[in-house]
Amino acid sequence: MLKRRLLTRRWVALMLFLPLTLGLFTLLVVMPMFEAANFSFYKWNGFGPPTDFVGLRNYDDVLTHRHFFTAVKNSFFVIAVSLLVQLPLALWAALALVANNWGISMIRTLFFLPYMLAEIAAGLMWRFVYDGDYGLVPAVGETLGIDTPFVLGDKFWVMPAIMLVIVWKYFGFHMMIYIAALQSIPREVIEAARLDGVSRWKITRHIRIPMIRSAILISVFFAIIGALQLFDLIIPLSGGGPSNSSNTIVSFLYQFGITRTKFGFGGAVSMILFAVCVIITLAYRHFLLARKWD
Amino acid sequence: MAAIGKRRFYRPSGLSIGQCVGLCIIALFVIIPLYATALGGFKTLGELRSSPFDLPQSWNPQNFIGIITESTFFRSLWNSLYVSVATVALTVVLSSMTAFALAHIRFFGQRMLTSFLMVGLLFPAATAVLPLFITLRDLGLLDSHLGIILAQTAFSLSFSILLFHNFFKDLPKELIDAARMDNCGYIQIYWHITLPLSLPIIATVSVFAFVTSWNNFLLPLVMLNTPEKYTWPLGIMQYRGEYGTDWTKILAYLTLTIIPAVAFFLAAQKYIISGLTGGAVKG
Repeated sequence: MLKRRLLTRRWVALMLFLPLTLGLFTLLVVMPMFEAANFSFYKWNGFGPPTDFVGLRNYDDVLTHRHFFTAVKNSFFVIAVSLLVQLPLALWAALALVANNWGISMIRTLFFLPYMLAEIAAGLMWRFVYDGDYGLVPAVGETLGIDTPFVLGDKFWVMPAIMLVIVWKYFGFHMMIYIAALQSIPREVIEAARLDGVSRWKITRHIRIPMIRSAILISVFFAIIGALQLFDLIIPLSGGGPSNSSNTIVSFLYQFGITRTKFGFGGAVSMILFAVCVIITLAYRHFLLARKWD
Repeated sequence: MAAIGKRRFYRPSGLSIGQCVGLCIIALFVIIPLYATALGGFKTLGELRSSPFDLPQSWNPQNFIGIITESTFFRSLWNSLYVSVATVALTVVLSSMTAFALAHIRFFGQRMLTSFLMVGLLFPAATAVLPLFITLRDLGLLDSHLGIILAQTAFSLSFSILLFHNFFKDLPKELIDAARMDNCGYIQIYWHITLPLSLPIIATVSVFAFVTSWNNFLLPLVMLNTPEKYTWPLGIMQYRGEYGTDWTKILAYLTLTIIPAVAFFLAAQKYIISGLTGGAVKG
């Protein structure tokens, strides 16, 4: 009797706690991806059900699209600079700012602040910094006697300029991840090494950095996923221009798939991006788990 | 002297000269765009060009007054606030209930369901924006705030459930067992025991969902057509479209949107960082 009442209670609780979440999640996260997988095989402008089956044509069109190639190249550029410049800079700052005192936490807060601003606000702000007529870059160039190009209108300079904004906005985020990990290293470990006369650099190189490997791994992961979904910063800065030279995968998807209502084509872009994200996430988990075995 | 010098060198909290110089350069790099933006709203276009780093000649609030007295500014902020608060409320309710069921009630298919709900961690919302657009259109939720609220909630569920689940698992099991002994139902346990103990994690999840929603641009851009429904990132892009190169106006607008963001950040910093590191490191 009591057991039955408990079972009923469990049933009632589950019926209250689960279905809404499950329904919403299935309807808006899982189902749309299945639908995209389906309509990416059709030539479809979104009206009525997709009927014009074209097989892999959309995928072929995407992968051979000149601007898609540029978008992928730009993503690789962002990932490369993130890994080679942004993360080392963040790690350097984290090592300097790991202590907990008033002054240092002020600096930490300042460095983390850009991460909290909306991409749109940060993008517009830097659009002004780079502006050829009223911006800071030409003003500084003028005082130094250098003729600065209008960086965001220049095919060569536009990506480095965007990259600088990315570093400005996100290095504090990576720094915070490192600081949290550095602070969780047991004090005794470093204390012991110091008593043994190990130099500060060697402590950093052989103890502190190896001990925050999983934090470094996750920040690499975030840097890659962030580069793949980069969009909000691109629109206010360059809008993907000049002549599509600064598109990212998502801004390519937006311009060529969504605004032109080529939904089959856009579906193919979505599926490719989806596949890449899933592979990277699974690879990351694999590395994280593999680490636990050694 | 030498000994003191050496001790200072070994002190982990003491900064070397190289570090001080480096940190100062980074600090300037971070501050300068913010500083120029904050002052730019008070300047004239000529001043922007001729003296970009100086204080404005007169603190003319004309640009700010112009924006505040226009109805579009507060309307877009209000829209954003409404969408964000609704997203937060829905996210917290749904993900805490689900995480409670997954952590404390045993049922068939529990592990499978957990894995299923974690699928959302595999790909960012930007990937799904096109099929999401089509789904919301078919549901008749295009150009409505409700559509955005539901979509944002759906995409924040995985991460929020993960945070709640980790937290609930660490709550003392004796509390829940004791309550069960006292013939307390699951719903009562959830409401009277688990939730009151979970305020820190509720705060973390709320702050995260709020900031993500408040800053979201892509989803509203794709979903909303009516300017009256625009959230503030769409509003500021529209303003920029209207005033083109009148940067003093745009910088004033930017300053007005950044001030609440900075205030919120300073107030909620603790929760932001704990969510970041808790979620990230355990992830």
